Amino acid sequence: MLEARIPSGPIEQQWDKCRLEMKLVNPANRRKHSIIVVGAGLAGAAAAATLGQQGYRVQCFSYHDTPRRAHSIAAQGGINAAKNYRNDGDSISRLFKDTVKGGDYRARESNVYRLAQISNNIIDQCVAQGVPFGREYGGLLETRSFGGVQVQRTFYSRGQTGQQLLLGAYQALEEQVAAGAVTMHIRSELLDVVVVNGKARGIVTRDLVTGEIESHAAEVIVLATGGYSNVYYLSTNAKACNCTAIWRAHRRGALFGNPCFTQIHPTCIPLSSVHQSKLTLMSESLRNDGRIWVPKKEGETRAAKDIPEDERDYFLERRYPGFGNLVPRDVASRNAKEVCDEERGVGPGGQGVYLDFADAIQRMGVETIRENYGNLFDMYERITGEDAYKVPMRIYPAPHYTMGGLWVDYRLMSTIPGLFVAGEANFSDHGANRLGASALMQGLADGYFILPSTVPDYLASNALDPVNVTHAAFTATKAEVKERIKALVGVKGKRSPGSFQRELGKIMWDECGMTRSEAGLRKALTRIPELREEFWHNLRIVGGDEELNQALENANRASDFLELAELMCIDALNRSESCGGHFRVESQTPEGEAKRDDAHFCYTAAWEWKGPGQAPVVHKEPLTFEHVPLSQRSYK
Amino acid sequence: MNLTLKIWRQQNAKAEGKFVSYQVKDVEQDMSFLEMLDALNEDLLSRGEAPVAFDHDCREGICGTCGFLINGVAHGGQRGTTVCQLSMRFFKDGDSLTLEPWRARAFPVVRDLIVNRSAFDRIIQAGGYISAPTGSAPDANAVLVPKEAADTSFDAAACIGCGACVAACPNAAAMLFTAAKVTHLNALPQGQPQRDQRTLSMVYAMANEKFGSCTNHGECEAVCPKEIPIEFIGMMNRDLLRAIWQRRREPLVIPGIVQQPFQEHEGTEAGRA
Repeated sequence: MLEARIPSGPIEQQWDKCRLEMKLVNPANRRKHSIIVVGAGLAGAAAAATLGQQGYRVQCFSYHDTPRRAHSIAAQGGINAAKNYRNDGDSISRLFKDTVKGGDYRARESNVYRLAQISNNIIDQCVAQGVPFGREYGGLLETRSFGGVQVQRTFYSRGQTGQQLLLGAYQALEEQVAAGAVTMHIRSELLDVVVVNGKARGIVTRDLVTGEIESHAAEVIVLATGGYSNVYYLSTNAKACNCTAIWRAHRRGALFGNPCFTQIHPTCIPLSSVHQSKLTLMSESLRNDGRIWVPKKEGETRAAKDIPEDERDYFLERRYPGFGNLVPRDVASRNAKEVCDEERGVGPGGQGVYLDFADAIQRMGVETIRENYGNLFDMYERITGEDAYKVPMRIYPAPHYTMGGLWVDYRLMSTIPGLFVAGEANFSDHGANRLGASALMQGLADGYFILPSTVPDYLASNALDPVNVTHAAFTATKAEVKERIKALVGVKGKRSPGSFQRELGKIMWDECGMTRSEAGLRKALTRIPELREEFWHNLRIVGGDEELNQALENANRASDFLELAELMCIDALNRSESCGGHFRVESQTPEGEAKRDDAHFCYTAAWEWKGPGQAPVVHKEPLTFEHVPLSQRSYK
Repeated sequence: MNLTLKIWRQQNAKAEGKFVSYQVKDVEQDMSFLEMLDALNEDLLSRGEAPVAFDHDCREGICGTCGFLINGVAHGGQRGTTVCQLSMRFFKDGDSLTLEPWRARAFPVVRDLIVNRSAFDRIIQAGGYISAPTGSAPDANAVLVPKEAADTSFDAAACIGCGACVAACPNAAAMLFTAAKVTHLNALPQGQPQRDQRTLSMVYAMANEKFGSCTNHGECEAVCPKEIPIEFIGMMNRDLLRAIWQRRREPLVIPGIVQQPFQEHEGTEAGRA
């Protein structure tokens, strides 16, 4: 069932070989082919713009009021590339190795190698578009270091790299909209994928302003709909981020890869109130110059400035002298949780650790720090009311990114022919843990370079019958979608959609968050179906479905999270090893680090939907490591 | 703290709107303004009333989705702050606040506090890009960009497209938004080949939408959550003069945009020029 279509031959030549083998579409024929791109973040906007430039008829869908809102915009720190402009020993091979190791050997080597190769083209492309990256005084590009690596390969635009890259892609997209190559559908949310004769041939959407359910047909569907961290309710994701598109595709036959691989980001602003609606990320780049510590004493009550140096525990520097504060995210997060569990946490509720810039300010001056991180310090002050130039920041881990996603082959096609998946929505390149500054790289690699090569091959290799929205499969899918929407509106119970999301989030954070245990996962697997049952009997939505109704939008998204959450726990239970961000308490080294079990789990778990109430079935794609030999990760 | 909110309620674009008063109780200082509205909406939902519709997404002040007027001030009046990052500690018990959507002819109300800002996308479509088809780029370090140019470009590119500048302007002009994009691209070496065309087309596209003209009130700069300086409007005007001087091609070609006859009375800088 899982044919990954990895090209044969030396890894360095695989992508070139693949591109040579793939079929092309004559420029004059391209306008006869239609492509739907769902999502307009980095991956979606880049793919839609590039396929539009090539001459295909592209329709792009976004649930926002304009494509420039996608949550890629919130990425702060930077984007990796193996340019080696610093002459500090970087290379494509090193970026490849760092990413495979950082992902704790649960990613496909061939995909990661290709990502490292393409990384350089991305920087070239973005600079040409006018992305204002940080510059040296001589006019050359500036780079900085990031967690999990020992070279400075991260390109950045102050603390707003995601924003600038997204605006680059957005502008390229709008250029194609103006040229008539791309048709943009805004405030339009995917509710189902239409499969005709085993191939993805269209989508059903809801117009979020009028509530109208619409069908759209095409020859290829690309999902670039982001990740599902909002299953935890409190996460760094934007409020609208959801799993509906990938989940509905999963229910139509697309296998779901490694759903339990989620990333908990170490540097977020701690929770301060029960009403809090989201967690705010502070870029990991802060760990370059900030030092992380907690008091040595349990239950310390003194203010940070009153705690003398010898009573502070710089626990990352102590435990990982080689990487210090720049250990990968999963390691940093877990260590922060541990010291807080030892009651050495700081701030309200003891759920926080200090990130201290005092030394860096003394060494480089406050102006340098302000120039590098000014917007982050401002943001911190706006939220907490504290001036981090004077007192240490307080940080705590928060759900941030999902490495899991729809399973795709080397060409980014899911197990439904014609359904491609890009960016965070697919499971592909990050294994069990994503390194910092790699998400932007992957989204743009997929969107600008990979899909524009592999989608044409699919079009050229498959003689697709003309299909339009009057086809029976469209009518049937549309009817199902309408029925589900009517069902949500019709429950007329007592609880708001938000209260279900909060409760589900708490279950997932407790049992399927930073640490996971068999007992906890089993508990969650009893609790989630109960909550789902209650949802369908006790949900309250005010207003109808034929109008702008945000409560209905939330309820619809919650209904899918309630199903996905169960699969995440099943996957987490199945994978009884620890790897990367997936930490099973039963599987740890004597020092308390994640202990992999390569003999039994060196595979990608791709889950097949078997219907409501049926147990999903796992398919295994074995992973082989020929270039980065399997070894226990060590950042000591 | 307890607050009284007077909120603009409007069912849809065609319906009549009106202010409705609500009491919000037990607001905590640590809440953000939108979390306070979340609490109100939970309350409304539990009473079977329609929640207040408002646009929002990232809640980190970067996506530009949120925004409405609080007592007539876009984003509520804390410098450099979007309404999603506006903390309730800036308000006090007993405050009475009026919330209404952006008021501008170019931004029709969609529902309650939500408006349609697609006019901004159409301005970008007119020239807010550097044409660089994927794959055609030279090495990233092949073109040197002086740090100062990169910094100016970045300062302008920080615009989040929220529309506060339009809402604050007595003329509902979109000059700060347009100038920010023009400056972002025109400041860079990569932006030079299309510089004049871009400036002319974007200014023209702005005039084609229902925005007013700039009369240098400076309200836009005051409310801009990204603190985009008004000097960029001056830079755009200089570039506009330069473009008019250098290019005599008439009529202007704005790809993809239906050109309406230019109307002097709605005029912008281009009109006067």
